[in-house]
Amino acid sequence: MGPAADHYPHPHLLGIEGLTPGEITLILDRAQHYAEKNRTADKTSNILAGATVVNLFYENSTRTLTSFELAAKRLGAMVINMTVGTSSVKKGETLIDTAMTLNAMNPDALVVRHGDSGAVKLLSEKVNCAVLNAGDGRHEHPTQALLDALTIRRHKGRLHRLNVAICGDIAHSRVARSNILLLNTMGSRVRLVAPPTLIPSKIDRMGVEIFHDMEEGLKDCDIVMMLRLQLERMEGSFIPSVREYFHFHGLDRAKLANAKPDALIMHPGPMNCGVEIDSEVADDVERSVIREQVEMGVAVRMAALELLVQNHRQLGGQA
Amino acid sequence: MTPAIRVKGTGRKAIINARLLDPAAQTDSTGGILIENSKIIDCGAKVTRDNLPKDCEIVDAAGACLAPGLVDMRAQLRDPGFEHQETIETAGRSAAAGGITTIIALPNTDPVIDDVAGVEFIARRARKVGLAKVFAYGAVSKGIEGGEITEMGLLHQAGAVAFCDGVKTIASARLLRQALSYSTFFDGMIVQHPEEPELSKGAAMNSGELATRLGLSGVSPLAEVMQIERDLRLVEMTGGRLHFAHISTGESVEIIRKAKKRGLKVTCDTAPFYFALNENAVSDYRTFAKLSPPLRSEDDRQAIVAGLADGTIDAIASDHNPQDVDSKRLPFAQAAAGGVGFETLLPITLELYHNGHMSMLDVITKLTTAPAGLVRIKGAGTLEIGTAADLVLFDPDRPWKIDPYQFESKSKNSPFDGRLTQGRVLRTIIDGREVFADPSVVEGA
Repeated sequence: MGPAADHYPHPHLLGIEGLTPGEITLILDRAQHYAEKNRTADKTSNILAGATVVNLFYENSTRTLTSFELAAKRLGAMVINMTVGTSSVKKGETLIDTAMTLNAMNPDALVVRHGDSGAVKLLSEKVNCAVLNAGDGRHEHPTQALLDALTIRRHKGRLHRLNVAICGDIAHSRVARSNILLLNTMGSRVRLVAPPTLIPSKIDRMGVEIFHDMEEGLKDCDIVMMLRLQLERMEGSFIPSVREYFHFHGLDRAKLANAKPDALIMHPGPMNCGVEIDSEVADDVERSVIREQVEMGVAVRMAALELLVQNHRQLGGQA
Repeated sequence: MTPAIRVKGTGRKAIINARLLDPAAQTDSTGGILIENSKIIDCGAKVTRDNLPKDCEIVDAAGACLAPGLVDMRAQLRDPGFEHQETIETAGRSAAAGGITTIIALPNTDPVIDDVAGVEFIARRARKVGLAKVFAYGAVSKGIEGGEITEMGLLHQAGAVAFCDGVKTIASARLLRQALSYSTFFDGMIVQHPEEPELSKGAAMNSGELATRLGLSGVSPLAEVMQIERDLRLVEMTGGRLHFAHISTGESVEIIRKAKKRGLKVTCDTAPFYFALNENAVSDYRTFAKLSPPLRSEDDRQAIVAGLADGTIDAIASDHNPQDVDSKRLPFAQAAAGGVGFETLLPITLELYHNGHMSMLDVITKLTTAPAGLVRIKGAGTLEIGTAADLVLFDPDRPWKIDPYQFESKSKNSPFDGRLTQGRVLRTIIDGREVFADPSVVEGA
């Protein structure tokens, strides 16, 4: 895709929406550098020495929180983790009040996860440091899409002209939205495969093809991206049973046979083996890149933090 | 904005040189109005400076429009119980600034207006404040809990002009059937918030592409359409009078159009939100544009305009729903729904005239005679001699930028924040008393 941008021009990373191919490539190139460095003995740098990164998590997520924490620490930043259980606080008021309080402590970056779509954007309007969206409701999870893209690029050598099937609980997935936006921006074709109850209204207008049948949907795909069935976000009957879901929409060898022989298997984790993916497929070292996705997560978050904090410093704190 | 001006009505007052809009008589002419104490005693071309009594106070309208005061058939005054959002006094000031002289208040206060004492409380407080004539809806069900019907006959006798369960849908078919049937004996009207509650549970905005992009739960326009379709069957069964509030979809307009042709006793209103905005106003998670029903697609918006123009939609109400800052300054899904509406009702509705969809007289009819007729308030919405001098004088062309922080309402949650619009209230008169005057008019006088 087009030339990489020479700098990241945005004060925040709230979503993939609004990023150009060049800006995405810039982040991925920088992440690639960190991916290589992270495999050496000397994993750390002092590029963010003196910076303070606050991880503000309103939803539990050990994996993402750890990934961000590690990323910030490897860059030499000081890290504070705040996990705020939504049940223990009065919703909303706390979001802005906490943001204002944290802002007064002059952090350089806030990494925020929140259960409500748009909450991270709302918060970004109230602070003057860089804000990084670590997942808001069912809206966006940009670093997940970027780490998926980096993983794909490392294996396929490109992000354009690929057939990507995103399968499973699209309705409740911020990962799906960010991936659709990123892959479309980079010139790949995205198909969504899910039962009708898990396909959100008018999502076809985001430039995707819809399939309900896994075998049809996976046909000749380069990438099979499975999503976790988010039973905790579901109200009412989206699927009749986990058993039926796995039967029709779980990824097993038979269904995977419809994809290209070298198709990559991806999953943002944590996996429900036997629900959306068969453990035999998930553990297939030839094709599954699920562990590598976790590894790339740290690299992408290092790149994002570096670009945002440096951008913030160049803007003189007027993010 | 200066506080509303209260001048004790004495003697005679005339407003001359006005464009007289009388929706009851369906006339749009030039002339004046002569008021004695609280009543209109003369009206028309003959009321000129030369023909007035000597002791008469004269206001020269300089060609501005003079119409009956607006009758707002759907507003939440939040008093009693939610006085931090609005009180009868702040609502009165806001209504006066918006040219509204009669308000019908929803019963979802705390306590709920489901008994005679509640109806009388509202009327008494409003009389004391004296800034607008306030009538109340009685609740259809006790405590608006959807169970048993209230003492509707007694409420009606005490002054409740119609019945509704506030912002809740009357979901039980049994309850609605009973309410419709029972109210026929005194020709009462039931007002429904048409939104199938199960289908719309947890929804934050209109379903569709934008909701999907924003990752918000959507409510399908079908939730409104299905509720209307079911309720029409009950109207047919009972012969009752049913009014659908703030309809927002093209299909709703179509169904009601057909039901009216079949002769059912069904009417409806909409609010400026639904003909002047579409769901794009929600972009960027703008909680001021979180409304109930939610803002719909552009096609729906245009269908609402068409429904107003062809008469399917009978009236326009403000749907005034004041919310405090803390109720709106939240992530979208958690924020309260609703927008303040009194002070934008007239200018936004005038867009229908400025955009060529309706005549000036038709626009004013939807805001005055039509709602007054629906809730059977005699003497409102007319310039007829002998009726109360409840009037609004406005300049239909004066441009301004809507700034909610200039509103008289206690709350500032307007989805029209920052909109450039045309049409400004100059004076509002109730029973011959001036309750609002635009400061620039007063200074210029």
